[in-house]
Amino acid sequence: MKLLKFSGNLLAPALEEPLSEVMLDDWRANRQAHAGATALAIPNDASLGDIVEDLSGFSTVILTFPTFKDGRAYSQARIIRERFFYTGEIRARGDVLRDQILFMTRCGFDAFEFESGDANDALGEFSFAYQASADRVEPVWRQRLSRAAAA
Amino acid sequence: MYRYDEFDATIVAERVSQFRGQVERRLAGELTEDQFKPLRLMNGLYLQLHAYMLRVAIPYGTLSSKQMRMLSAIARKYDKGYGHFTTRQNIQFNWPALVDVPDILDDLASVEMHAIQTSGNCIRNVTSDQYAGAAADEIEDPRIWCEVIRQWSTFHPEFSFLPRKFKIAVTASDTDRAAVKVHDIGLRLHKNDAGEAGFEVIVGGGLGRTPYVGHTIREFLPKKYLLSYLEAILRVYNLEGRRDNLYKARIKILVNSEGATTFADMVEAEWAAIKKNEIDLPAEEIDRIRDYFAPPAFDKLPETSAALEERRNSDKDFARWLRTNTHEHKTPGYAIVNISLKPIGGIPGDASDVQMAAVADIAEQYSHDEIRVTHEQNLVLPHVKRDDLYAVWKALDAQALATPNIGLVSDIIACPGLDYCSLANTRSIPIAQRISERFADLNEEEDIGELKIKISGCINACGHHHVGHIGILGVDKKGEEFYQITLGGSGAEDASLGEIVGRGLSSGDAVDAVEKLIGFYRQRRQSGERFLDTYRRLGAEPFKEALYEAA
Amino acid sequence: MKAVTGNLLSDGSVVYLGDDDQWTSDIGAAARFEDDDALPVIAAAQLRVTEIADAYLIDVEPSGAPVGRAVIRETIRSAGPTVRTDLGLQAECCG
Ligand code: SF4
Repeated sequence: MKLLKFSGNLLAPALEEPLSEVMLDDWRANRQAHAGATALAIPNDASLGDIVEDLSGFSTVILTFPTFKDGRAYSQARIIRERFFYTGEIRARGDVLRDQILFMTRCGFDAFEFESGDANDALGEFSFAYQASADRVEPVWRQRLSRAAAA
Repeated sequence: MYRYDEFDATIVAERVSQFRGQVERRLAGELTEDQFKPLRLMNGLYLQLHAYMLRVAIPYGTLSSKQMRMLSAIARKYDKGYGHFTTRQNIQFNWPALVDVPDILDDLASVEMHAIQTSGNCIRNVTSDQYAGAAADEIEDPRIWCEVIRQWSTFHPEFSFLPRKFKIAVTASDTDRAAVKVHDIGLRLHKNDAGEAGFEVIVGGGLGRTPYVGHTIREFLPKKYLLSYLEAILRVYNLEGRRDNLYKARIKILVNSEGATTFADMVEAEWAAIKKNEIDLPAEEIDRIRDYFAPPAFDKLPETSAALEERRNSDKDFARWLRTNTHEHKTPGYAIVNISLKPIGGIPGDASDVQMAAVADIAEQYSHDEIRVTHEQNLVLPHVKRDDLYAVWKALDAQALATPNIGLVSDIIACPGLDYCSLANTRSIPIAQRISERFADLNEEEDIGELKIKISGCINACGHHHVGHIGILGVDKKGEEFYQITLGGSGAEDASLGEIVGRGLSSGDAVDAVEKLIGFYRQRRQSGERFLDTYRRLGAEPFKEALYEAA
Repeated sequence: MKAVTGNLLSDGSVVYLGDDDQWTSDIGAAARFEDDDALPVIAAAQLRVTEIADAYLIDVEPSGAPVGRAVIRETIRSAGPTVRTDLGLQAECCG
């Protein structure tokens, strides 16, 4: 498995420090037993209503794409970033493909278990985005406003 | 009409380059067909029976003459001289070569068009009222909001891999010409008691294998919250919609399994949590978009046109076309013209490159450069002076585009069916052709009155048969084509789903059955009743009996 | 009996595997296989990924005409749309 991390608008191969992972259900069943865990793996059908209490203390959250067509983790990542202000790493696992990594970064993912080489050119394929998302990219409408104000 | 600024133009151009790269990777064998298929589908490129099929988006069904001319040129240069207008206000080309598609997309981009999100499990091209901006009964131009949604939904990072495709329609009139109750989300702009405009939000309608009429989950949504509310609905759907079964993955299944009230609560809770995020557009940006939809500079004209009245009295064919194919315009002295793409015995929705170019010219000269595509697979010239109607009729007639049958029995919706579609069970087009030939007598058609016949070649229901006054669904039985008839559907403001009557019929019997049903209606109708009204008054039974008594 | 069909990758047109192992648009020129012999042939055809978008087996009569469940579909594929007899292979033959 290869790991890419996203920072400063670039994807770079990262050293795979061993993670001490725990699944959300196991963690909730017995927090004591998993006190040393550093990464929380959340299945993509888990309800996130009260996840905020679980997040603190984990430096990594792992979200899953069982197939690239199953897009639930995009919503989960945004909720974890935008609603619960989680600032640790959000890692994408599973069917992580070149042509989806841009969407993932926009939703707040910043680490990718990615088999197939470099994906930086895929990130550069679009200069603008219409909507605000977890990546804090200036949406087109805001750029239009600033431009109109400057004119 | 909306015009691209450099942001819109850049995004579309970059999409073409991205796809060009994907095609190159596929041709070089770096991508397998399995890997490439979802990528090409996201750009509206299917592989059908005989060839690739490219579906080009016509956002909310609005085209300029320049854009129509480009569609004509593409049909001529890259296809076999025609295109097919669809029930989602798009156009499909049936024969493009894969190697040419990036160039076609470049040509489209040069006139501010694209094929983005015309397929795939994402938010599809938003549809609207074909009379938008011209109808007397609208509150405001619904296309303003369609364009707002178009931008928000384009490459939405969270909603590009939904459980299933997602279709939104917007109307701003009491008369529903956009079929908002049979969409994943239907938005109806209306005024509340305080006189403010807002949206009725209807969710969970749809056709296909399990048809539903949508549920209203909010009577009144202030306009400024449109995008945050949509985002809440889409998020609930993305997280909770079923993914284990293709046929249960549309939002209608979720809404109906949770119940509309519970679903509404889920949406409201999500909305409360995200409403304050910067999703909704500021008023300045909405105004910027609104300005593009300002009405064209209409002349001040008298209500009636003497020249028109004279022609109406002297030319019976013209008078008939005026009755069937024109509609009242909000501005005195103007009319809305419907262009029928349903010549008797023709292929519903097909237009040749020559016809497209002619429509472009006519629109440029007589309709402020605007053309609309209807979900009933016809075209519209939205702003024609009444004084010019005769000249427009002559020009359309010269191109076989003036069949006076809008809303009548030969104005049939038919999906491509097994003549083109790789998912089809049976052909659809030949049935439409035969029904249309059977009722070739236009006097008879006018006497029968409004009648919506809709035909699908399989349960996917692209031909909207569930909401046909008479619906016809093709089913395959051991390699033979059979047709199942439904009665009493409607996709309009009085939406309802048709009821299946009896067993499957051979194609010849199906055409006879339609004739019998219509004959029965004509015997039993009361004055002023449409087929649908008589059916609703009498119920299914007598129609069934009429259908089978002589058989 | 079986024949191998598919759509060419470059332009999507309907083709059949001929006796010479080349693709032909004429279903009459398609190589015909006994059912058991067809499996290795289709497996090999599916590997020709830069030539063909998909490849699959169809049932044919010994004469070469499509037969079985998909008879209408495959007949229409081999000839062209029944509503546009000016298009597809049907337009080219018999002239
Ligand atoms: S209804 Fe079926 S046959 Fe008709 S176009 Fe849709 S998928 Fe094809």
